[in-house]
Amino acid sequence: MNFLNFLVAGVSLGSIYAIIALGYTMVYGIAKMLNFAHGDVIMIGAYVAFFSINSQSLPPVVAVLLAMAICTLLGVMIEYLAYRPLRNATSLAVLITAIGVSFFLQNFALIRWGSSPKNFPTVVPFGKITLFGGDLIISGEAITTILTCLLVMVLLTTFTQKTKMGKAMRAVSEDKAAAQLMGINVNYTISITFAIGSALAAIAGVLLCSMYPLLNPTTGAMPGIKAFTAAVFGGIGSIPGAMIGGILLGIIEIFGKAYISNQLSDAIVFAVLIVVLLVKPTGLMGKKIRVKV
Amino acid sequence: MKLLRNHRAGLDGFINYGLVLVFYFIMQFLQNGGNLTSTFTSQLVPICVYMIMAISLNLVVGISGELSLGHAGFMSVGAFSGVVASASLMESVSSAPLRLALAILIGGIVAALAGVLIGIPVLRLNGDYLAIVTLAFGEIIKNVINCLYVGLDNAGLHISIKSAEALGMDTAGKLLINGPIGAAGVTRISSFFSAIVLLLITLFVVQNLIHSRSGRAIMAIRDNRIAAESTGLNIIKYKMMAFVTSAAFAGMAGTLYALNLSTVVAKKFDFNTSILVLVFVVLGGLGNLRGSMIAAALLTILPELLREYQEYRMLVYSIILILVMLITNNDTLKDMKQRAVMKIKTVLNGSNKSTKAKQAGGAES
Repeated sequence: MNFLNFLVAGVSLGSIYAIIALGYTMVYGIAKMLNFAHGDVIMIGAYVAFFSINSQSLPPVVAVLLAMAICTLLGVMIEYLAYRPLRNATSLAVLITAIGVSFFLQNFALIRWGSSPKNFPTVVPFGKITLFGGDLIISGEAITTILTCLLVMVLLTTFTQKTKMGKAMRAVSEDKAAAQLMGINVNYTISITFAIGSALAAIAGVLLCSMYPLLNPTTGAMPGIKAFTAAVFGGIGSIPGAMIGGILLGIIEIFGKAYISNQLSDAIVFAVLIVVLLVKPTGLMGKKIRVKV
Repeated sequence: MKLLRNHRAGLDGFINYGLVLVFYFIMQFLQNGGNLTSTFTSQLVPICVYMIMAISLNLVVGISGELSLGHAGFMSVGAFSGVVASASLMESVSSAPLRLALAILIGGIVAALAGVLIGIPVLRLNGDYLAIVTLAFGEIIKNVINCLYVGLDNAGLHISIKSAEALGMDTAGKLLINGPIGAAGVTRISSFFSAIVLLLITLFVVQNLIHSRSGRAIMAIRDNRIAAESTGLNIIKYKMMAFVTSAAFAGMAGTLYALNLSTVVAKKFDFNTSILVLVFVVLGGLGNLRGSMIAAALLTILPELLREYQEYRMLVYSIILILVMLITNNDTLKDMKQRAVMKIKTVLNGSNKSTKAKQAGGAES
């Protein structure tokens, strides 16, 4: 039954990666940029939730909503101030700017909230479920995470497939110039993408810190890198790809930790990524774009 | 025409050597006069190390046109193999400079081997996928070295990735690399002079590579892969050449860096270090070696200069980074900068302003 326990842990960790990866993959799909500051938006979201629960004693649901609102604002602001002026610049210039933003957010958090880790309270209202006479224990956090992830997935797919804005997003991601000619406001569409991605980052931040309750200014960095890996793993730009990539990455990480080596688990995750990319160079669900001469 | 270009390339290279020498003599002069603070003196070798890192990364990112996010991995490989080499040669080679040179050579060779191993899979990919795989390799290297144990006793080297006990050394054995604790008690044999020498060697090799037939092939592949391939260039061979050369120099820089410190841990060479070097390269200008060197030196000193603001310095650093990127890459701001520069130039020499303006315009296009 250990196996099932590990599987549950893997899927719930993977769900968090998946939610973060959605933010990466949407931004990449539409703005064609690697938003390295995404991981730090997660951290800011977690801090906002932490202080609204601990200092303002708000109920967890309100805290999460507040975190989402602030992160949305933050994401749109970052896009407006740092990325929009570079819309026509090389992708490398945008990447370095994103790294600058990431440094800024981390150091802002360091000055504002200090480097000592905060102990994050749980936001999950219900307890664990015990199955098979105590052999399989599913924590409340795991259930919430997995359910949230499914909900986000369904909502996001419906949004991109059924709504007018979603259609505009798909159009912009395919061809920016053509979309503009069809009367789509490209800048507005990109802002909305950042807003959605950052709101998801806030949710991911709260879930991440409920599961691993230590919060410090670099909390978002490693999960950010891994979620980015997950997005590439699934095929960057693809929403179902980010989901599958995230969950697989979580499972691989937990199984690697449990069965192979605790210290080498990160190396195993990245090694699997490399193997996948060598076999399928555009990720699991990525589209292969042929270059015509 | 060809002669002229070669001549200009050679002159450009000599300016770089000259700059390095000027930097060396100024620093020596200041140091002898007692004008350098101790923190600044301790930054001299790291400055050179980061210059070498920036030059070598520029070879991959600027000249070969592949975004690498794992350059610190090669530095790490070089650092730890250099530490092991230096400790192993402690008895057989008594002269410290010679031992340093051998350690750097070994560090470079091991890093070059790692470059070959990593380059084979990596260079089959393109664009962002290539970037993420280099990131992945950087993380793997960090992770593996973080649980690597190396010991030295009379029987030779012992290597394990489990624990120090699993090495099975005899009682006289000395633990060189102790997993997450890293390499402690390293004999510090790096000097500013040796760093400058390695920097000059790096410049020499990279500049000559760029201006050789191979270098032109590498740049042709960067500019248009398909066109280059159709003229019969072996893409993988030339990409590999740039990648492995870059890895070798990163390894040498790593050795130099490690032998300048008494304790080295694998965590030092993480994603942030790779990014730091990438920032030097991008700020200095892609493909511009002198720019890389200057950016590396300035950005290594900048946090030291901002020391009086203590906690705010990294915040200021990040803001400066964002602003510089915006000013150098945004079209409107670039125009404003251009106009300001022109205005200053015309004010400075009003007599021949028409020719100056023409020249400035020509340089821009």
